[in-house]
Amino acid sequence: MILKPGARLISAVCAAEMMTVKAPKTDLEVTIGGVAIIASVAARDGSVAVVAGHDGGTLMGKRYVDEADTIELLCTKAGVGAVAVNGELLQLKEAKALPASD
Amino acid sequence: MHLSSLVEMVESGFDDRVLLGDESSQITGTDFGFLVRLGATQVHNKYTSVIYVGENHPLLPVGLFAAAWAGVPFVPVNYRLEDRQLRSLIERYPNSLVLTDPLTADRLIGLSPLIFDDWLRGLSKIDLEEVGPIEPAENDDDVAVVLFTSGTTSEPKSALLRHRHLMAYLLGSVEFGSATESEAVLVSVPPYHVAGIANMLSNLFSGRRLVYLQSFSAKVWLETVQREAISHAMVVPTMLARVVDELDGEIVEHSTLRTLSYGGAKISEKVIRAALAAFPTTGFVNAYGLTETASTIAVLGPDDHRAALLSDDLHVQRRLSSVGQVLPMVEIEIRDELENVVGAGESGLIYLRGEQVSGEYAGKSLLDSEGWFCTRDQGSIDSEGYLFIEGRVDDTIIRGGENIAPAEIEEVLLAQVGVTGACVVGLPDDEWGQRIVAVVVLEAGHFVDLDELREAVRATLRGSKTPEEIIVRDSLPHTETGKMLRRVVQSELLACEGGTQS
Repeated sequence: MILKPGARLISAVCAAEMMTVKAPKTDLEVTIGGVAIIASVAARDGSVAVVAGHDGGTLMGKRYVDEADTIELLCTKAGVGAVAVNGELLQLKEAKALPASD
Repeated sequence: MHLSSLVEMVESGFDDRVLLGDESSQITGTDFGFLVRLGATQVHNKYTSVIYVGENHPLLPVGLFAAAWAGVPFVPVNYRLEDRQLRSLIERYPNSLVLTDPLTADRLIGLSPLIFDDWLRGLSKIDLEEVGPIEPAENDDDVAVVLFTSGTTSEPKSALLRHRHLMAYLLGSVEFGSATESEAVLVSVPPYHVAGIANMLSNLFSGRRLVYLQSFSAKVWLETVQREAISHAMVVPTMLARVVDELDGEIVEHSTLRTLSYGGAKISEKVIRAALAAFPTTGFVNAYGLTETASTIAVLGPDDHRAALLSDDLHVQRRLSSVGQVLPMVEIEIRDELENVVGAGESGLIYLRGEQVSGEYAGKSLLDSEGWFCTRDQGSIDSEGYLFIEGRVDDTIIRGGENIAPAEIEEVLLAQVGVTGACVVGLPDDEWGQRIVAVVVLEAGHFVDLDELREAVRATLRGSKTPEEIIVRDSLPHTETGKMLRRVVQSELLACEGGTQS
């Protein structure tokens, strides 16, 4: 699938939901918990489970990036599944916390 | 990214969390998303922008995001402007949905105003299934918000903030969902100010409940902080000064306020010191930014404030009057008149570059070919990256060939006992080109020797920066956000001079 900034990604196997911040304009295969993402929360039927090795989880508010820094996803709902693109597990992007200015 | 994505993020992350509303209406993330979709159906293909002209409203974000979802700009207008100017600004945006409050509606006859509450009531009657939901707009190069500059020097200009500017600010400086469910922010800055827009966006992004103050009064502000267990608030310096006055020496022990940020105009050191003493457990944040930079680009955090208070080091103490360090995703340069970058501690013009920096007015971008925006603010950066703002370059007094920033002299005057207001301007002078005239406002019932005031300036700065004349007045003119209307003072003094000469 081609991901555009603003595209929502919904896990088929856990509660995780992500928002695309940036992505290359190429065909990508996105999985959460090792299983292909789905179009809506309603399509989650609980019939599939998290794949071993894809159980690192995603944390609310955190960003996840690939090694080459071509893709960035923001977690809007935490889940037990980890997010991967084309088989590569994305890594947590560390960000310095700033004081709330407004 | 587009602001419409933020609506979907709020729905996903804060589905059952109360984010907006008052006692009578508690709006969760899910409710918010639904209202925005309903609102967008009313705007889509019918209007080319959504104007809001009125006081703050608890559900104001629904108006902004309905416009965003439908792909049209949101244009908040200052309802305090006089009728003629107000109408002329609205008429710049024909074919707009004009939302307003009951008091302002009467002043907008012929412009088809709709009272915001009536608009919301209308939305609740729409059957979304029947009218069919519309797809969210997604071009992040579209204009999201139009803000009018305060027009202290000329006719108000329309500053354009595109979706990508606002989202860059959010993604760069706020962590999504970082607020807990018990946190609430009190919004008292008006919706037509960039701080009001930034307040709305960054708190929705962090998942913090927004409590709106319809219009500011220090008493109501303090009562609301207590009643709503407010954890965060943003005020302009004038508001902070009034809150300190209202407390009248009382110390708020164990305030629910964890963070109190201020910005929008220069604060006097006396006020910030008094505020720090009044709220000993609250973290203070000074934010500096411009409309053209999609709000905050530099912050002085709570630790910096306390460090400045406690330190013996003059350099650290002085940081209380700085605006702190520049955000990581914004670049800054201080340049001299020849546009060469100057060293630490040297004054010059502040240039900014970054994804949130719009620097654009209707029909005209002020960014140079490399993306730099000249703020026309003057300042310097110390060796550790703390930024000091010295005022608008257009206010600079040139006396005997020396450039003098009025703010520097005002700061010294304001630090003197009994002085509550100070405005320094340059007036034409045959000998010096310009001479320095200070207008001061004194505390009621306080005697201040004007010669001693001049002496204080001479002792702190030097002879060439000492006002030739000091005039006492009852008050000084300000914009509602606390920016002093120096030009008005200057032209009044000029008119007086002309009068005495003729």
